[in-house]
Amino acid sequence: MAGNGFIQVDKVSKSYQRDTIKVEVLTNISLTVPEGEFLALMGPSGSGKTTLLNLIAGIDRPDQGTVVVNTVDIDGLGESALAKWRANNVGFIFQFYNLMPVLTAYENVELPLLLTKLSKKEKKEHVETALNLVGLADRIHHYPRQLSGGQEQRVAIARALVTDPALIVADEPTGDLDKVSAEEIMTLLERLNKEFKKTIVMVTHDPRAAEKAHKVMHLDKGELTKG
Amino acid sequence: MFIFRLILKNALRHKLRTFLTILGICIAVTAFGFLRTIVTAWSAGVEMSSVTRMITRHKVSFIMPLPKSYREKIQAISDVDLVTYANWFGGLYKDPNDWKNFFPRMAVDPETYFDIYPEFVLSEKELLDFRKERNACIVGNKLAKEHGFKIGDIISMDGDIYPGKWDFVVRGIYKGKDETWDETQMLFQWDYLNERIAQQQPTRQGNVGWYVLRVKDQNAMPIVAREVDELFSNSRAGTKTETEKEFQQSFVSMSSAIITSLEAISYIIIGIILLILANTIAMAARERTREYAVLKTLGFSSIHIVGLIAGESLLLAGLGGALGLALTFPISAGFAKLFPTFFPIFNVEDITIILAVSVALFAGIIAATFPTSATLRTKIADGLRQIG
Repeated sequence: MAGNGFIQVDKVSKSYQRDTIKVEVLTNISLTVPEGEFLALMGPSGSGKTTLLNLIAGIDRPDQGTVVVNTVDIDGLGESALAKWRANNVGFIFQFYNLMPVLTAYENVELPLLLTKLSKKEKKEHVETALNLVGLADRIHHYPRQLSGGQEQRVAIARALVTDPALIVADEPTGDLDKVSAEEIMTLLERLNKEFKKTIVMVTHDPRAAEKAHKVMHLDKGELTKG
Repeated sequence: MFIFRLILKNALRHKLRTFLTILGICIAVTAFGFLRTIVTAWSAGVEMSSVTRMITRHKVSFIMPLPKSYREKIQAISDVDLVTYANWFGGLYKDPNDWKNFFPRMAVDPETYFDIYPEFVLSEKELLDFRKERNACIVGNKLAKEHGFKIGDIISMDGDIYPGKWDFVVRGIYKGKDETWDETQMLFQWDYLNERIAQQQPTRQGNVGWYVLRVKDQNAMPIVAREVDELFSNSRAGTKTETEKEFQQSFVSMSSAIITSLEAISYIIIGIILLILANTIAMAARERTREYAVLKTLGFSSIHIVGLIAGESLLLAGLGGALGLALTFPISAGFAKLFPTFFPIFNVEDITIILAVSVALFAGIIAATFPTSATLRTKIADGLRQIG
């Protein structure tokens, strides 16, 4: 075990089968992330950053090793339990925002709450609070196509926050944004970490984005080094 | 509630594609319903057969005559309640190439025919008028409406099986006891036919086309059939006696190749519906691979994903099916109006409605099966990488 932390990745390996070729992505990786940490994972394309992020977030499973998040060994959870765990504990931010194009900003943010037992009124309060936090209270009825890239990413952040998860994972959150929008998003993530004590694990290629993190780690050829 | 809202929004995402898919299903279901209506109309005679009537015809062929003298002998069989007879007349009315001028014309025994067939609803006066005038005829209500026949009108025809010019006076207009009874027939006195034939072709007189028997007990039908046929087994005109249903069925079976073809086409149409819908749903599911992966990431279960894909498929199939079924009624009614005597009974039956609805729902479920299965098999990480 790699020490006591909010996230404990211990001797994890992961490979993918691409047609007849087996591609080793992560080899015997160990990592500990304390609660409230803002960690940036950097590295070249194909180095396994997103794979590691997926393992931490419970959307993929390791071939070997264990991933424990907030004392829960997520490898031991079945598909259904893992889905529930993700819904309750992890907020996701993607490079391409991944909003549902047929839903408004309000409906997109409301999505994770549909799996909860909150009343309609409570859901509305949560959604409005999240959208206020990202500065989009005046855009709640806009569809993604009616928003700029930066605004779409802020909606995605509101969606990640709305269930108040302890962990936020962000995969290249500024990768598709211009400099100004990227700066706004990083400021927002920094605020979430500082004010709301969210543990954030972020994959990025952008050194300016990584500067906002407490800690930067580099992943190359399946191995992790401190930046 | 959210699932239904998202299904609707997804379905309206590509409005033209959705419209064309619904239109395709609609046309296919209409064609299916219409063909099934033809098939059921073809068998309508079988369905409305009486359980107490039997038919005795020449054992070689229906078109060969039987002596009228058989009647008393058949009537003498203990389980036979009443016997009547009829004869196919044929004839040419106006332009024979116009389908509406083709309708069944039969010479019948005016004293007994309507006792055995209570399905012909006539007033007492009409029946009496028909019986007392040699060249009187009775026409069906639908036929009378189609040609504008009224009581007292004279219908002139050229004979084909029975040559010469034939005039009939309309003395009655019958209605069917319900909508399943054919109202396009013309019936006249067998004596009129026989007397004319006796003058023109004496060797053909005294014959009838077939006998209709009403039996006292339905269970005695096999015995009656055997007794009648044994009675004439050594005669110059042997007989074949069968239930009315079997008799009607033998007519339908003459057209079995056509019916089988229509049924085969209707099944091909089911395949077409399936392909139209499967193509749309497969395209939609492939385009939304990443969205489904996002939903799974957020904690939505497989049931939600199945609901979204199958729900959209069923929505399109249901809308197309409902519209197609709704269109089947006016199209069938139009066809029945255009060819009133071609299919005397041409109604969209309950079974056709049930089949059309089932076909649409079946297509909806099957079309969703493969895209749903593929989406569920896709790992979240792979789905998120998908470029839509």
